[in-house]
Amino acid sequence: MNRLGYLPIALVLAALAATPFFVASNSVLNFIVFVLIITLTAQGWNLLGGVGGQSSFGHAAFFGTGAYVSAILQARFGVNAWAALAIAIAFGAVVGWIIGFLSFRAGLRGSYFALVTLAFAEVLRILANATGFTGGAAGLLLKLDIGFWNMQFSSRAAFLWLALGFVGIGLIISQRIANSRFGAQLVAVRENEDAARALGVDVLAVKLKAITVSAALTAAAGCLYLQYFLYIDANIAYGLWISVEALLAPMVGGRGLVLGPIIGAFTLHGLGEATKLLAGRVPGIDLTIYGVVLVLVVAFAPGGVLGLLQKLGLRRRPRPVPQLKGAE
Amino acid sequence: MYSPAIVAEAMLNGLLTGAVYALIALGLTLVYGVLHIINFAHGAFLTCAMFAVWAAHSVLGLDPYLAILPLTLIFFAIGYGVQRFVIGPASHGDDGNILLVTLGLSIVIENALLAVFRSDTRSLSTDYSFNVVELGPLLISQARLFGLAGALVVTGLLWLLLARTDTGKAIRAVAKEKLGASLVGIDVRHVYAVTFGIGCATLAVAACLLMPTFYVNPRVGGAFVLVAFTIVVLGGMGSIPGALAGGLVIGVVESLCGLFLGESLGQIGIFLIFILVLLFRPTGLFGARA
Repeated sequence: MNRLGYLPIALVLAALAATPFFVASNSVLNFIVFVLIITLTAQGWNLLGGVGGQSSFGHAAFFGTGAYVSAILQARFGVNAWAALAIAIAFGAVVGWIIGFLSFRAGLRGSYFALVTLAFAEVLRILANATGFTGGAAGLLLKLDIGFWNMQFSSRAAFLWLALGFVGIGLIISQRIANSRFGAQLVAVRENEDAARALGVDVLAVKLKAITVSAALTAAAGCLYLQYFLYIDANIAYGLWISVEALLAPMVGGRGLVLGPIIGAFTLHGLGEATKLLAGRVPGIDLTIYGVVLVLVVAFAPGGVLGLLQKLGLRRRPRPVPQLKGAE
Repeated sequence: MYSPAIVAEAMLNGLLTGAVYALIALGLTLVYGVLHIINFAHGAFLTCAMFAVWAAHSVLGLDPYLAILPLTLIFFAIGYGVQRFVIGPASHGDDGNILLVTLGLSIVIENALLAVFRSDTRSLSTDYSFNVVELGPLLISQARLFGLAGALVVTGLLWLLLARTDTGKAIRAVAKEKLGASLVGIDVRHVYAVTFGIGCATLAVAACLLMPTFYVNPRVGGAFVLVAFTIVVLGGMGSIPGALAGGLVIGVVESLCGLFLGESLGQIGIFLIFILVLLFRPTGLFGARA
């Protein structure tokens, strides 16, 4: 089990699943649920931006699509929450594929890709903010109706386990991809796109597959956000903040690594909460810390927290990718 | 249908807004043309400059137009320092890293401003804020005419600087061929920092011209930064005449979209142009480089 990388995943999941038995504080459980939702968003980003090297600045496009599709289906058409979840994830994947098809076909890379994804998210934000069907600027409110079938829970522990289930699925998907041929191809595209193409990797197909899976995971996070807070508006669902969260967590935790997003999300939000405790409720103070951490990570620890641990010899090195290593 | 007079007024207003957009985009395109980086913190620096103008006026009693000279110098120094001592060393010369470092900087600046000034919106009240000039049937805000004039003057000065001075020659040399430039004795890191400094200095000018009629809050730069990216991409990354033309076009597009589609959808035209240009003509209208 450890050889394939599933042991650390099982340990992390078990530790988090046990927290409700030891912690009674609702604010701590709230914190964990919120960070798990961010983690799921970031796991989506990490597949495309971390493993595949295509840094997106607009993952809000997928998060928001997931949240909005689910909210509209439930609030306007009375669709069951679980069915709405499945449909919303599918919609997110389709939006991912379309954005990927348009921008990768046009050969956009690096900064250009980052900017075009940002623009797509902004277009969706303005549309959602301006049209009546999506609730306009007032946003959409789900009716409070607690019950398993409505995916609404009175206990925070239940929601924590639900979110943890999704994060677990995200971890397993990420690990399976890391162990697969597709994962190796994705790494090859990140390291050197032209060399990968010369070796026979269908670069466009690999990128499209990555952005589709990535968007689906992030859309699922949007649905979870909706089920937890029961309210979204355009600035929440399609806002720049969630695109930044999606990118920060893997960067800080360890870009491209399976456990990167979860480690990064807990590190960042832990730091944010600690700052708030020390500095009092000054608005923006936690985000200031995030910005500083991002600059420091890029400057001094490009491998993130996991990279640092690895340097200190606390974690075994990941297996190299044998066939494609020589191509660089 | 709208009467021609209303459409003409919307277009004129668009041109005036576009001039300020162009001014903001100038610094961005210069930095891109030389350093080949997208400065994500551009909007945050603009917010900073606008707060500086506000503070100069309400604390020191300095008129925004008189603040142009000192603030330009101060922001040149800030930009120089940030590139030389933060962005340069932190990014290890990798493009993706620079994008992330400037994103980090923009988060830090915006939220530090939020922590200090809170999210209140502030504006200046000068006795000439509401002066208008009559042009036939149209009324034009005097301060916005100054904005247009300022944008043209700064574009001209920037062009002169690049075309006629030794510093300009060095900047163009570094933009064309970094290694060659360093071989003939140009200090590339210095030129990078000077260029970044000039980019921030143009923002100080833009802030001084904006503030008599505009407002400032910690998030205001974000509204401009995407527009500025669009202009830079539309005009061709690194092209100065492109930034001026692109700014004017975008100003008119936004104004007309606002007129025909309603205020809340006004900016959508900008982003659609942005996406279309990126997808189909990433070199822009004036860009030479493929």
